[in-house]
Amino acid sequence: MKKELLAGNQAVARGAYESGVRVAAAYPGTPSTEILENLARYDAVYSEWAPNEKVALDVAIGAAYAGSRAMAVMKHVGLNVAADAFFYASMTGMEAGLVIVSADDPNMYSSQNEQDNRHYAKFARVPCLEPSDSQEAKDLVGVALSLSEQFDGPVMLRVTTRICHSNTLVELGERTAQEPPEPPEYRIDRSKYVMVPGNARRRHPVIEERTRQVQAFAETFALNRVEMDDTSLGIVTGGVAYQYAREVFPNACFLKLGMTWPLPEQMVREFAGRVDRLIVVEELDSFIEDEIRLMGIEVEGKGIFPICGELDPTIVRQRAIEAGLLPQDAAVPVRPSQAQGLPARPPLLCPGCPHRGVFVTTNKLKLVVNGDIGCYTLGFLPPLSALHSCGCMGASIGVAHGVSKAGIAQKNVAVIGDSTFFHTGMPALLNVAYNQSDTVVIIMDNRTTAMTGHQQNPGTGKTLMEQPTYAVEFEALVRAMGIQRVHTVDAYRLADVEAALRDCLEADGPAVVIARRECALLPVARKQWVTLAVDEDRCNGCGLCFRVACPAISKSDHLDDKTQRAKARIDPLLCTGCEVCAQVCVRRAISFREEIEGEEV
Amino acid sequence: MIKTTGMNFLLAGVGGQGTLLASNVLAHVGVRAGFDVKKAEVHGMAQRGGSVSSHMRWGERIYSPLIGRGEVDLIVAFEKLEVLRYVDMLRSGGTVLVGDMCIPPLSVSSGSDVYPDDAQIRRILGQATDDVHLIPSIRLAEEVGNVRAHNIVVLGALSNRIPQVSEAIWLEVISEWVPKRFVEVNRDAFQAGKTAGLSAG
Repeated sequence: MKKELLAGNQAVARGAYESGVRVAAAYPGTPSTEILENLARYDAVYSEWAPNEKVALDVAIGAAYAGSRAMAVMKHVGLNVAADAFFYASMTGMEAGLVIVSADDPNMYSSQNEQDNRHYAKFARVPCLEPSDSQEAKDLVGVALSLSEQFDGPVMLRVTTRICHSNTLVELGERTAQEPPEPPEYRIDRSKYVMVPGNARRRHPVIEERTRQVQAFAETFALNRVEMDDTSLGIVTGGVAYQYAREVFPNACFLKLGMTWPLPEQMVREFAGRVDRLIVVEELDSFIEDEIRLMGIEVEGKGIFPICGELDPTIVRQRAIEAGLLPQDAAVPVRPSQAQGLPARPPLLCPGCPHRGVFVTTNKLKLVVNGDIGCYTLGFLPPLSALHSCGCMGASIGVAHGVSKAGIAQKNVAVIGDSTFFHTGMPALLNVAYNQSDTVVIIMDNRTTAMTGHQQNPGTGKTLMEQPTYAVEFEALVRAMGIQRVHTVDAYRLADVEAALRDCLEADGPAVVIARRECALLPVARKQWVTLAVDEDRCNGCGLCFRVACPAISKSDHLDDKTQRAKARIDPLLCTGCEVCAQVCVRRAISFREEIEGEEV
Repeated sequence: MIKTTGMNFLLAGVGGQGTLLASNVLAHVGVRAGFDVKKAEVHGMAQRGGSVSSHMRWGERIYSPLIGRGEVDLIVAFEKLEVLRYVDMLRSGGTVLVGDMCIPPLSVSSGSDVYPDDAQIRRILGQATDDVHLIPSIRLAEEVGNVRAHNIVVLGALSNRIPQVSEAIWLEVISEWVPKRFVEVNRDAFQAGKTAGLSAG
């Protein structure tokens, strides 16, 4: 059998393909994004980017109602958005398998929190499967779909950043499920699929009984397995934590859970009875530990290992030594790090980023800015320090509206990207128009979903599967919602951005500024890159251009004779020619594109 | 110093430098040589020019995709500042191979931080191990005709450290992973690095 080195995300996509998924939907979000990007390469599976995770899950549910195996994919916080659908899907069940992939982000490599979505599984009575490498990630997609069909309910596949972005060897198989010979009939069953109170009351006991059946299944599930060795220590674990524990405790007994909810109670009880000391090694919350304690079994877990952040072999080893689970001499000798004080490489807005000029302008106008989730969130960093709140997808507009209704003296501004506006910004803008606040909304339309790596969205004119489609017109959209004051500006033209903002700030009522300019890293933008230059005779080292915080601008070795300050220099390898620095320079010391291009001609 | 049972590599560089390509090549060399291989990319939010690192493990049976602190056999770095961030990951007697590319972060180019000089870099690395090798990767890559092949130069130097893997495997995998029109220059880059690696110090 052919073995390939696959990242967890590639393996999940492969698993969906092999096990006959016909419809898959997602909203991009780190660490889950590459699952649908990989799945879109298989023509046999219809894959799409939905505007948000709730829509994606409804789409997958609809496909499963219609008899096709389906998958919805999201990052952990995406399931908050999709939670309503997650709960009703558990109540109704489906006609074909439905798997919901939740990609959690311990250590918050790219997230606002590190919520543990296994709680959602228990909350909504949805079985939860957890792979500990790419092979299991692939296999468990098929298992999830079979279980979903066997027990008539959705199944969650919970992965984490470390599983998603680690490559391990995977045995590839063929696509097994056969396509139906003709389009399936839609099976009508109103008592099952119309969740009005009367039907829901009849369904609830069915769901509780389903959980008991899944629990019985868990006792015999092959991926819940016991590995016996030295019985002085027994470890219950799952997900990538299994790998760390296996490495740190090579001789311990293991109960390795492929299904982390519901737990196989008999199996746990028997395992606990065979070992002297029982511990749980799990990332984030004390989920398995609490479940075991509820069985009345003595167990340790978060008393030893941390709740916050990601585990790794070093942390597991250190905590195990401190707890007396390993001898002192099990410690790995480490030389103290010399890395303190080294210059860091913090995340930054890229050279040529169209968001930069907008923040330079909101700073100039001393505006309070309620921000959102996307590349522009980085506008909060010094020296721009231009963004003053950021909570979750789509929050900016509602928060700004609330700030306005609280009656603060100045007008405040919401800043939101194109894809985030489609995600959850639209209902909030509708609210601004409906309830009329003095909120100015800047839609940073960079023609892509940039932060997660340039995914298509309803504004780009293309689908995930590269089909041309309608590209929404923001101006018509926001006007239809009831916003009458609408400006569209080139985000690179500071004077235009400022004039539009001033017009909105001076008038009463809601307003929208669409600051449009494609992300500087898109191919269409790269073709227009030009390198600007500093005229050292004109530059006096005033430092205004340093404050635009462009990685391409730095202090040169040359000091100005009068001011004794370093003159500016532009790195020709980094500059894209956006001209934001040239526009803030009062001494006209930085060339504009015209001048450069004129010379070239 | 080469363990026959397996090896732990830590690759480090700056986004856009070819660190991930090099780690893909190294991973597939390990697979083709018959090892169980795990590779974990460690990075924060997507950005140009950020720190990039990759944990890579070869062995008979690998569990954790992450390497514990003090358990890295070989640090393979493509930038001189980045290598310093990981010295505490190295096991005693471990090896450091670093290409001599220098990419100043914004705090350095804006004048608020200083990029460490070569003596300082050697001193910090020397506190961790005696087995430190600075590879003139940029000069060698330029000599074979493409500066972007500097990452493959470093892999060439690394290949000397893994004698149980044949040169044929390296060249085969490199040919599969670099764009077709750059295969020749990358094979030359590998050879240049291999020759330099024997004498570098």
